[in-house]
Amino acid sequence: MNALRRVMSYTGRNRSLLVGTLLLLALVLFVVIGRMFVDTEDARALSAPSLRPPSWDYPFGTDRQGRDLLAVMVAGTPLTLRIGFIAGFLGVGIGAVLAFTAGFYRGMTDTIIRSVADIGLTVPGLLVLILIAVSIKSSLTVNEMALIVASLAWLNPTRTIRAQVLTLRERGYVELAAMSGMGGLEIIFLELMPNLLPYLAATLVSSVSAAILASIGLEVLGLGPMDAPTLGMTLYWVNFNAAMINGWWWWWVPPIVIIVTVFLGLFFVTMGLDEIANPRLRKST
Amino acid sequence: MQAAYIARRFGVFLLIVWLAATLNFFLPKISGQDPVRTKLLQQAALGGAVQSGMEEMVKEYNTRFGLDRPLLAQYGSYLYDTAHLDFNYSIANYPRTVRELIIEALPWTVGLLATTTLLSFTIGTLLGALLAWPRSPRWLRTLMPPLWALHAIPFFLFGLILIYLFAFQVQWLPMFGGYSPGAVQGFTWRFVSDVAMHSILPALSIILVSVGGWALAMRGMMVTTMGEDYVVFAEAEGLRATTVFLRYCVRNAILPQTTALALALGQILSGAVLVEVIFGFPGIGALLFQAIQENDQFLIQGIVFTVIVALGLATLVLDIVYPWLDPRISYRKLS
Amino acid sequence: MSRAVLEVRDLRVSYAHPLGVVRAVDGVSFSLAPNERFGLAGESGSGKSTMALAILRMIHPPGHIDGGRVFLDGVELSALDREAMRRLRLAGIALVPQGSMNSLNPVMRIGQQIADALADHGEALSRPVLDARIADLLPTVGLRPDVASMYPHELSGGMKQRACIAIAICLRPRVIIADEPTSALDVVVQRQVMATLARVQRDLGAAVILVGHDMGLMAQFVDRLGIMYAGRLVEVAPIGAIVTAPRHPYTRALVASLPSLEHRGRLQGIPGLAPLLRDLPRGCAFHPRCPIAGERCRQETPALRSLGTDGTVACHAAEATP
Repeated sequence: MNALRRVMSYTGRNRSLLVGTLLLLALVLFVVIGRMFVDTEDARALSAPSLRPPSWDYPFGTDRQGRDLLAVMVAGTPLTLRIGFIAGFLGVGIGAVLAFTAGFYRGMTDTIIRSVADIGLTVPGLLVLILIAVSIKSSLTVNEMALIVASLAWLNPTRTIRAQVLTLRERGYVELAAMSGMGGLEIIFLELMPNLLPYLAATLVSSVSAAILASIGLEVLGLGPMDAPTLGMTLYWVNFNAAMINGWWWWWVPPIVIIVTVFLGLFFVTMGLDEIANPRLRKST
Repeated sequence: MQAAYIARRFGVFLLIVWLAATLNFFLPKISGQDPVRTKLLQQAALGGAVQSGMEEMVKEYNTRFGLDRPLLAQYGSYLYDTAHLDFNYSIANYPRTVRELIIEALPWTVGLLATTTLLSFTIGTLLGALLAWPRSPRWLRTLMPPLWALHAIPFFLFGLILIYLFAFQVQWLPMFGGYSPGAVQGFTWRFVSDVAMHSILPALSIILVSVGGWALAMRGMMVTTMGEDYVVFAEAEGLRATTVFLRYCVRNAILPQTTALALALGQILSGAVLVEVIFGFPGIGALLFQAIQENDQFLIQGIVFTVIVALGLATLVLDIVYPWLDPRISYRKLS
Repeated sequence: MSRAVLEVRDLRVSYAHPLGVVRAVDGVSFSLAPNERFGLAGESGSGKSTMALAILRMIHPPGHIDGGRVFLDGVELSALDREAMRRLRLAGIALVPQGSMNSLNPVMRIGQQIADALADHGEALSRPVLDARIADLLPTVGLRPDVASMYPHELSGGMKQRACIAIAICLRPRVIIADEPTSALDVVVQRQVMATLARVQRDLGAAVILVGHDMGLMAQFVDRLGIMYAGRLVEVAPIGAIVTAPRHPYTRALVASLPSLEHRGRLQGIPGLAPLLRDLPRGCAFHPRCPIAGERCRQETPALRSLGTDGTVACHAAEATP
């Protein structure tokens, strides 16, 4: 109870974390409640009359191919989030392992890992993802999509976590632990990890955000899973049918609102976690 | 010292070029499909007549890239061609070559990206610096929350909103293309202003979104720098506030900011590709979109290679300029 | 005694801290005669570095100067506006920063940093005149003239500190405040830097405040020493008197920790912990660690008073012991 109150009072002060969490919770609620009222099967084409503006029957209207847009949003939001979370977790997982290896063993290992990450970051990620997506198969599943995005998602975490590990090393208590006879893994899990947790969490959230951005990018280009009603795919059809110019506002407003909410939510959570990881910023905000 | 540093940076650049070419060659091999035959099959399936000259291309393609030749030989000739910037014909636009198409599109993208990146980096860095400075006006602070919120949104999504507001609702600005249909291209005032009008919305969707990010990063660097001993000593020397701000704080905080710029180039370009797609801006991004739609493997590969090399070059330039900004760098053993 | 160059009266500085207000400097007064070398010694956290910044009026939020007056040659600094105060820094009172710090701008050549200091104090000199001035200045602190074209990372710790001294004296200030100028330098370099400081002080005829915790260094360098404890001066006396006949029990402990002048001791061997400034005991701040503390010491804060000699001391029991 006491702990709960402490958490509450902290989130009261850490406004960014609070706002971000609320935004993401709102999305989860939308999906959960939506699922109770809507059949996600209606997210397929030809399940409704085409191009109806919002009405009692179709609260979000329908698109040109006869998809119920509310069903598309309810079905698509979790798909987009799933891609983001799978790729984000994989990215930070791989990145953390590489970063700890590099920061811990230093020397040659570190040079190689750092160079690979730095060179990889110079390359525009989306283009490589496009090349991979085009090369592999004509149509992808949502999970395959997540894996493709994950193939580059480890670069940034590797770089940033490595820098943190190195600063922690400088503080000397790692040396102290090594002198007191702790092994490499023990030091990583008992000494480094706890200190890095808020930082890792912030990195994770921003990686999820980056992965969602990349996946939506691929989908908008028409390289996503064609038969899954993802948010990016909806925007692909919006662009394809020039819905903007034709005044079919109900087609593009919901996906944009949801995507903006996702990114804002993740952004605020990252800011909030950064504040925890980096108390110096606390004063200046 | 300096020469060794530049040589090492150049080595990294060559490595990137080689990687890009190798990626281009081997990735499509994974699927095992032959781009030209796939395309032919597609066209046959659509029932359309095969483009004239396509047979010729198939023949030439097979002699050059014949799948009967050993993989290493194929790789060798691919590297040779790539080194000569020969990316073969565009499958969808035969007999035009990939190189021609890219050369046509490149100036649009370079122009858009160079302008928007320079503007947003400069404005954002300045804003961030001023935000951290205790003596800057209060109203600046109220400017930031909306800019930070924008920063969280993808370029192209904000672009869509701009299209709706300024091109559809009030119709102040054109919503599509790089110039008006039927415009005579050339260095005339008419054409240049036409292009400028068409560039405003795509540029704004990149600039307004990026500014907040640069400001946020710079503010953080400034806060760190302002706590440095040399800033305290500068104040004790009785230097003017503007001297301390510009020559001691900003001058040092800009160093990590420049490194961040080099690292962000790839991301900025990725975002710009989508902006070009939704605005139909005739640059590399729109060309790439078209190539994906038409399953034009050679064009996709050519674009990916060109972009990676172009970004490698931009990074190389930043790397070479960097020691001039930070005199310590060429002495460090960092690569 | 001739008129004081610098006079500090009842200076008080506090920091706002989430757990309460911290009084870093609490009513400190002293004055400095021309050419005098005055030392301020105390443990870290005793407020001696804050004193240095407060004299220069460089206390920033969350810190605040609560009161007190500082006079330089009879001019009251606290009455000056911000711009006049800025001009007075370096020209009137110059700071030599801590030796352990990177006090030089890492991306600017030494000569340029000196030029900046001159330019911002109204000395807009032509290039050749400026170069000549810098070339003359550097040898006075024992640096070769070509150091002007070098960056800080190309210099050793001792050379950097000499460069800082060069900047500090470039406008011939009346007072030099040296805040632990030799910390983090090795002993040989330490001695050289102090010798340089002593020489430029003599040449300029400036007064020096040496802030530090190294009693050995103080004994070698200063004429008069003030001992700070928990933001207050507890004893001020000529250095000879302090070393041979310390009056305050804290000073006595400090002097006792000096085995001999050859083997400099740091502040060790004083029982108990340095006090938390935000949680000071009632009465004399030193009483929990004091071997002779009585009931009065727990109730009443002692004021600095003269004991009929050159020195002053803030201790209720000062007469009781020889």
